Amino acid sequence: MNSTEARQEIDRLIAAQDAPAAARALADLWAHEASPSAAGFVVPRFEQLRPALKLQPYRLAILRSFTVEPMAPLLRAAAFCAGLDLVVHVSDFNAHVQAIMDAGSPLYGFAGDAVILAVQTRDVAPELWNDFTGLTADQVQSAVTRVSGEFRNWIRVFRNKSQAHLIVHNLEASDTPSGGLLDGQSANGQSVAIAEINRNLQQAASENTGVHILDYDALVARHGRANWHDERKWLTVRLPIATIHLNHMVREWMRFLHPLTGKISKALVVDLDNTLWGGVIGEDGLTGIKLGTEYPGAAFQAVQRALIDLYRRGILLAICSKNNQEDALEAIHKHPGMILKPEQFAAMRINWGDKSQNLREIAQELNIGVDALAFLDDNPIERQQVRSALPEVFVLDLPSDAMEFARIIRECPVFERLTLSAEDQRRGAMYQAQREREQLEQNITSREDFYRSLQQEAEIFPLTKATLARIAQLTNKTNQFNLTTRRYTEQQISELVAKPGWDCYSIRVRDRFGDNGLVGVAITHQQGDTAEIDTFLLSCRVIGRTIETAFLSFLVGQARSKGAHQLQGWFLPTKKNAPARNFYSEHGFTPAHRNGDGTLWTLNLTRDSLPAPEWIRLHVLNGDK
Amino acid sequence: MSAPLFDRLRTIAADVLEVTPAKISADSSPESIETWDSVHHLNLVLALEQEFNLQFEPEEIDQMKDIQHILDILGSKVA
Repeated sequence: MNSTEARQEIDRLIAAQDAPAAARALADLWAHEASPSAAGFVVPRFEQLRPALKLQPYRLAILRSFTVEPMAPLLRAAAFCAGLDLVVHVSDFNAHVQAIMDAGSPLYGFAGDAVILAVQTRDVAPELWNDFTGLTADQVQSAVTRVSGEFRNWIRVFRNKSQAHLIVHNLEASDTPSGGLLDGQSANGQSVAIAEINRNLQQAASENTGVHILDYDALVARHGRANWHDERKWLTVRLPIATIHLNHMVREWMRFLHPLTGKISKALVVDLDNTLWGGVIGEDGLTGIKLGTEYPGAAFQAVQRALIDLYRRGILLAICSKNNQEDALEAIHKHPGMILKPEQFAAMRINWGDKSQNLREIAQELNIGVDALAFLDDNPIERQQVRSALPEVFVLDLPSDAMEFARIIRECPVFERLTLSAEDQRRGAMYQAQREREQLEQNITSREDFYRSLQQEAEIFPLTKATLARIAQLTNKTNQFNLTTRRYTEQQISELVAKPGWDCYSIRVRDRFGDNGLVGVAITHQQGDTAEIDTFLLSCRVIGRTIETAFLSFLVGQARSKGAHQLQGWFLPTKKNAPARNFYSEHGFTPAHRNGDGTLWTLNLTRDSLPAPEWIRLHVLNGDK
Repeated sequence: MSAPLFDRLRTIAADVLEVTPAKISADSSPESIETWDSVHHLNLVLALEQEFNLQFEPEEIDQMKDIQHILDILGSKVA
């Protein structure tokens, strides 16, 4: 179908009021021709379809020192295709300082979910860009200090005035350094000075929550410094980026929007033949498949390396392959070229069944939604089958050339993360341990014997800077064992705990199969003789092992030691938190009050006690509050 | 006047200016098409550069007063 026919087909689907099909066709069109022209076609049609589609609204402000207007429709088209209804606010030229400093500026009036600060080296560090060879070493250093300090100050002031995420472009090096070859010979060169500002900027961002660096220097380098710029457009309309690269800028912004809006996949399900290795194991056999350090097997080792990087980023890996299980397992376990290890796969479906059915089972086994799966398969027919049977699965498009696969996996925005907790990094290993726990549970008949055999140890500690990100993450994604389902940002939690009477505790659990990491959060506040549990949640991976009793018992002890006579807490029912429904009643709390939102439960501390289960070794640590 | 070239220009102009292709004729200009403001003009220039894989000189962009002028400039560069 050529592009005119594709456009006619889309307008036919819209006229027939088939919004989901029209949206898919628009996304297909965009995947094939992401251009200013296609954006002009795609955006108004999504706007027309908006009422019939479940799009997630998102507001993005761009503070800039150059023309970004032509990128706004490209960005909105890309966002629509990802299920986002994006409102873009663009600040005046070089108005970023005023916008950030002035609480009454249009920036804060817009109240965006995220803000991009896109300023160029030549605008914020003109002396380093235009007149570098005229500067002494001291002047260079003072320019580095000035610019670094300005960035630090903008970030600090913005963070105090807004809870929005902030994405800061770092500074690009010049493609033609003022000193020519000399620049590379000197410890005080132009490139070194700009790199130093970038290091300081990165440091300033990491000291604040919700501030992220967009490595603009690396983006420009990736596409070729000499080709990225268009001097004509810069001098005439203040657009520094060449036409063909506008969409690369937009794709880089989208890489941030995916994790910021939760448009991400938690697991990647991969095919085997011609995906993890070259050839077909059932026909070519263990010695015939292509997998090794030389061409063509090297392309598949590159795929496996890309997958290992995702695994270490906390993305679960699973296998779905049409094969005889025995043949495939032999290759996975014994082929010398395998980089991935069998235990790095959290689930496997190797059979001749329908792939969409296998994907459903994998999602169930991993205890995640089907919409949290991504699917990698070299076979376009399998991809099409999964796309039509399970449109909520993210299907990666692969070309026929296997040497392209690794790059496509690495560029895929649904695997992007902006923070990485220790739990994320160990997630694959934790699923492996969970399978061993389940086997143990099946072999032991009494519950109590099972609890004892787990040899659980728990550490409870107050809020620390190191755990804040994980705590906020848990409040936002825990749905099942969550008494009140209150969602908090890192910023909000810090503010809450700073108030008198408020505390935040988290619990970390280890057992004979490994470390489960930080798996539970409780937020409490006390006024007079009443302590209240604002938030109490546990990750589903430790539910049913009496950790919740140990944690609650700790809260009872805390409240009593601070002089409370009663401990109370709400249970606010949602569609998903049924596993927590009987939590308070099972621990001796009685209902005290009921309204349309839920039930307030209370425990009389002067009369009742709540011992911790004796099979859990409990350690209470001091934090830095 | 090259008909295929005009057709391609008309499709792109209709996309960018958010009108139906039937509304684009040789004498269409910012005066006759309401959405054709300076931002859309830049978008049109960029869309043509990408579609035809070429780069306009600043002087050429200045001369793009209506579709006929754009067609003439395109014709001289594509040929």
